[in-house]
Amino acid sequence: MSFVLLIVAIVFILIGIFFLTAGTIGFLRFPDFYSRMHATGKSDTLGLVLCLTGFALYNLHLGISFASVLVSIKILFIAVFWFFGNPTATHALTRAAFKSGILPWTKDGRTVIEWPPK
Amino acid sequence: MADNFFIVIGLILGLLALICLYRGIFGPTVIDRIVGVGAVGTKTLIILLLMGFMYRRIDMFVDISLVYAIINFIGVLIFAKYFLRKGVL
Repeated sequence: MSFVLLIVAIVFILIGIFFLTAGTIGFLRFPDFYSRMHATGKSDTLGLVLCLTGFALYNLHLGISFASVLVSIKILFIAVFWFFGNPTATHALTRAAFKSGILPWTKDGRTVIEWPPK
Repeated sequence: MADNFFIVIGLILGLLALICLYRGIFGPTVIDRIVGVGAVGTKTLIILLLMGFMYRRIDMFVDISLVYAIINFIGVLIFAKYFLRKGVL
């Protein structure tokens, strides 16, 4: 039972690291602010939630008692808070950028929306 | 075995945090820098929990990590509110 928990926790952590790496590479290489937000806002959230679920399972693998179950619930609470919080922060930042006139990137340099919007 | 696995994961996360810090220093606009610093905070949150597992004091480090998550969220939200009102410089 404990061994199964360890294997499941390591698989969760590795999938989370994969998503964090993909989001960071997109954050480094994309040409525009909006596409960078698209890369990092979603995959960072998913990677952190998967990593924290893996940590909670690993903590349960160390020994099941009242204190360790409480610590696992706290770790899952961080995951739930971040699952709601990071999309909210991403939305607020993107709204601030759009309201202050940063235009989306296009390949030939022409804007696809008119600014300021009517 | 688990300690070595956590050290490798921590090194990978440190490298990712350095890449995000590059975008935070040389970002073209101000909002890019804010997002870069927020992404560094995401990686730091995982590294804090890893340090808790390595020091066998996870019951203490999980509270620090929770406070770090809340401060990171509030900071990004306040910056967004400021630039919404003032405009990007």
